[in-house]
Amino acid sequence: MKELIVERNRYFDSVFLMRISSELEKLSGVTQAVVAMATPINVENLMKSGFELRIQDEAIRPADLIIAIDAESSEAAACVHDQLAKLLAGGTGDEASPSAGASPTSLDAALAADPDINLALISVPGIHATREARKALHRGLHVMLFSDNVTVKDEIALKDDAINRGLLMMGPDCGTAILNGAALGFANACRSGSIGIVGASGTGIQEISSLVHQLGGGISQAIGTGGRDLSADVDGRMTRFGIEALGCNPDTNVIVVVSKTPSPTVADKVLASLAATGKPGVVHFIGGQAAQLSDKLETTGTLADAALAAVVKSGNGVPEVSHPAGHPSPIPTPTATSSTGVSADSETPKQLATITGRVAGFYCGGTLCQEAWNILTQAGIDVSSNVAGDKRKKIHPETEVAGHVVWDLGDDAFTVGKPHPMIEPSLRDSRVAQAGADPTVGVILADCVIGYGAHENPAASLAEAALRAIDAARKDGRRLIVVASVTGTDQDPQNLHHQRKILEVAGITVAPSNAAAARWVVHGMKGGIS
Amino acid sequence: MSERKPTTALFSDPLRVVNLGLSSFAETLRASRVPVIDVDWRPPAGGDAALIRIIDNLKSDDEHAWSATITAANEKAIEHLLSAEPHLIGIGIARDVVPGMTDRTLLHAGPPITWDAMCGPMRGAVMGGLIYERAASTPDSAAQLAASGDITFDPCHHHQSVGPMAGVMTASMPVWIIENVTAGNRAYCTLNEGLGQVLRYGAFGDEVISRLNWMQNELAPILSQAIEKHGPIDMRSLLAQALQMGDEGHNRNRAGTSLLIRELAPFLVRLSEPSESIARVLEFLHSNDHFFLNLTMPAGKCALDAAADIPGSSLVTVMARNGTQFGIRVSGTGDRWFTAPAPIVDGLYLPGFSAQDAAPDIGDSAITETAGYGGFAMAAAPAIVQFVGGTPQLALDTTHRMRSITMAESRSYQIPAMGFRGTPTGIDVLRVAETGILPAINTGIAHKEPGIGMVGAGLVTPPFSVFADAARALAESLGKQEKDQMAAS
Repeated sequence: MKELIVERNRYFDSVFLMRISSELEKLSGVTQAVVAMATPINVENLMKSGFELRIQDEAIRPADLIIAIDAESSEAAACVHDQLAKLLAGGTGDEASPSAGASPTSLDAALAADPDINLALISVPGIHATREARKALHRGLHVMLFSDNVTVKDEIALKDDAINRGLLMMGPDCGTAILNGAALGFANACRSGSIGIVGASGTGIQEISSLVHQLGGGISQAIGTGGRDLSADVDGRMTRFGIEALGCNPDTNVIVVVSKTPSPTVADKVLASLAATGKPGVVHFIGGQAAQLSDKLETTGTLADAALAAVVKSGNGVPEVSHPAGHPSPIPTPTATSSTGVSADSETPKQLATITGRVAGFYCGGTLCQEAWNILTQAGIDVSSNVAGDKRKKIHPETEVAGHVVWDLGDDAFTVGKPHPMIEPSLRDSRVAQAGADPTVGVILADCVIGYGAHENPAASLAEAALRAIDAARKDGRRLIVVASVTGTDQDPQNLHHQRKILEVAGITVAPSNAAAARWVVHGMKGGIS
Repeated sequence: MSERKPTTALFSDPLRVVNLGLSSFAETLRASRVPVIDVDWRPPAGGDAALIRIIDNLKSDDEHAWSATITAANEKAIEHLLSAEPHLIGIGIARDVVPGMTDRTLLHAGPPITWDAMCGPMRGAVMGGLIYERAASTPDSAAQLAASGDITFDPCHHHQSVGPMAGVMTASMPVWIIENVTAGNRAYCTLNEGLGQVLRYGAFGDEVISRLNWMQNELAPILSQAIEKHGPIDMRSLLAQALQMGDEGHNRNRAGTSLLIRELAPFLVRLSEPSESIARVLEFLHSNDHFFLNLTMPAGKCALDAAADIPGSSLVTVMARNGTQFGIRVSGTGDRWFTAPAPIVDGLYLPGFSAQDAAPDIGDSAITETAGYGGFAMAAAPAIVQFVGGTPQLALDTTHRMRSITMAESRSYQIPAMGFRGTPTGIDVLRVAETGILPAINTGIAHKEPGIGMVGAGLVTPPFSVFADAARALAESLGKQEKDQMAAS
């Protein structure tokens, strides 16, 4: 069947139309397709090839567009019309791309450029963050919201909105996630596997996921929720939703939850959600105690124990195999480790046997600092901190402290107008170096967080500071011990093994986990190897 | 549970991310080979919290009555704009064809303005217009007459007309008549005088007046006859061709002018006029690359007028400057002008001139951008990329950026370098107010003193406040509409 259509006054370039004609003729069931301007020659040629021109009102003009189709069926012809409309609309191929300077200036413009976007990563100033996050949710996007300074009311509204739409609302104040193997924000390159994490703590997620990787396990998804999610007001909304999502995810066999200690009612709800998935679960509430809650559910006393328990439950980890010689396993002997995980004693290095003087801890990761405070405190050591769980031990930044102290230098009070020490460690490392001049300090504790988002070589910066501190102490006739751990993996851009090596060369005692570093110090202070 | 489906889908679909804020996060994702679009984020509505609330309210995703009203109104408005078919149907004398034109009326570019407030080139053009009409014999007496109150000054836009630069139109001037055959409305514009000492740049010397007389007595009658013999000329088709020949229909009109000459030449030579007269006409057209501008402008005007006065529509229907103020009109707020002081053009200057010589932005020619070409079709005109920074890439970027603030892509005007995508068409005042992305307007620059003429050309950035004001007024108009409906029911 042949048909001829005239569209009045639609000018197109003749070469453009020739290409369209050839595209249309490639469609199946199409014998001939001609799209051309209605010049006398074009019209005459079409008439010759058997198309009938029926124009009622007035003569056809060169400014008119003629469409001649010879198709085997009306379906094929309809197909031509569909395709023609698309091709005439242009933009079907070799569009010169706008330069970097022309990147989209709004969420909607980005979605126009790529309609398959499924996640918005938002780090705009807090006063604008809620609006952008809401917009993203309303466009059907999952959201990771790094911004802080979002009100609790807005946080609750955003999370409810997300949950109603079946979307993740990670944050506000969420800096760490791993989705489909991709590290988002401050996160580590971990093997894919069956352990899912839901965390209200960024460095908590980083320590657990890194240790899981080191133990030979792998991560299915790591969902951040933002630090306030388990507060009484926010009620663990996104934590519970994340648990449910992982419960439905066939690739997740074990679910780990990490958070500051929530109110008892929120804790109960979270544990109930976890139980409802029917999957094995590991919960670490920072500062909490280890306990076996049911055959599938347990709580742990440290981040490292949570990682170990998860790997054991997943059945995939081969802890001893995954470690190069010379590096102790993050958790000494998995089979022998009790749920309280205090078996580090025997591995405490000899150089820590006799620590004299006070402990000074300098951390970049808030949760890592809290964990150190908890371990020291639980061991009966009287230690102050700006992140102490006990109000009586809580001190304000810049307070002069004569006794044992661990500082979280990522605290907002330290970072006003400065980059976070995980991004630029000099804020922390300058204090490590200065501590060498303080004759009362006997041991320095530190973390070293690597991975995406972190400084490109934090170990080198810490090592330089430690060398200066140790050197200053030696000149003063003192022995200063520096103990640190590296949070990260051998697949991170900085590489766990390289970073550990840099620290060791500087004389730093490198522990396999943040908890182990704190425990070693505890044992050293209590008189060394028993 | 069906509502959980998206979460599950996220875990199985490849991750594709849009990043708003810290670029380092996007770099991290790129390093992990995750597709990511890094948005050049800026605070919405220039950070004006009250304005953000108004826009959010108007564009609410919820089934808010306003949002639905605006969407429906905009669909109607943009369809009128896209489907307009401007045809050049002839030439008439302003007195006879332009609505409301009288012998004591003088039309000018931009929003309403009084003699006192006019800039140098506008005053010069007014004086020249009065001398041309023989209402005054000297510049001094013309100035006195202009100040006397005996002359009615009115914007071209109030009379279905547009005028480049000063845009002065008086009763005896010949004007193009453009008809939008889709809606039946018409628009008018004077014939372009060429460059140098010309009325539209505020020159009023003997040379200017005698050229205007020649245009009235020889050029217009001859062209008029040729058009009559030719029949209506489809402007949309000519402009579409011109855009594929390196014009953008505002600052470059060389191709369009050539196409017009080609179209008319056979009919011109067949006229029973002295060949010397026809030669003068052809020479005049040939010597003036911008002759076509005075056709692209009323073509845009009659397309946009068809989309005007639709309650609730946020389509910008006019952007115009009188050398003192920059003004816009929006479909949903009808005749109301939103104005702010006219900015200085960021441009390139002719030898011997600099920014110190420039008058503030002037002319109705921004109607081309309003209609979806001019600066919005910058990517079509590589020959004049010097105006946007000198590289074809920046021209592409300019057109690309305009897609963020427009409602549609033209079905007629295509850009080869962008895969033949249509030009961004139909400025949405709410999107401008929200994104802070301002329309890119190409323009000529007049000397600030009357009578000197063009000193350069460049790109002008309209004042944000006019779009913000219009967005607020649109919200008010919708609130009022709602109240009226409630009162009526």
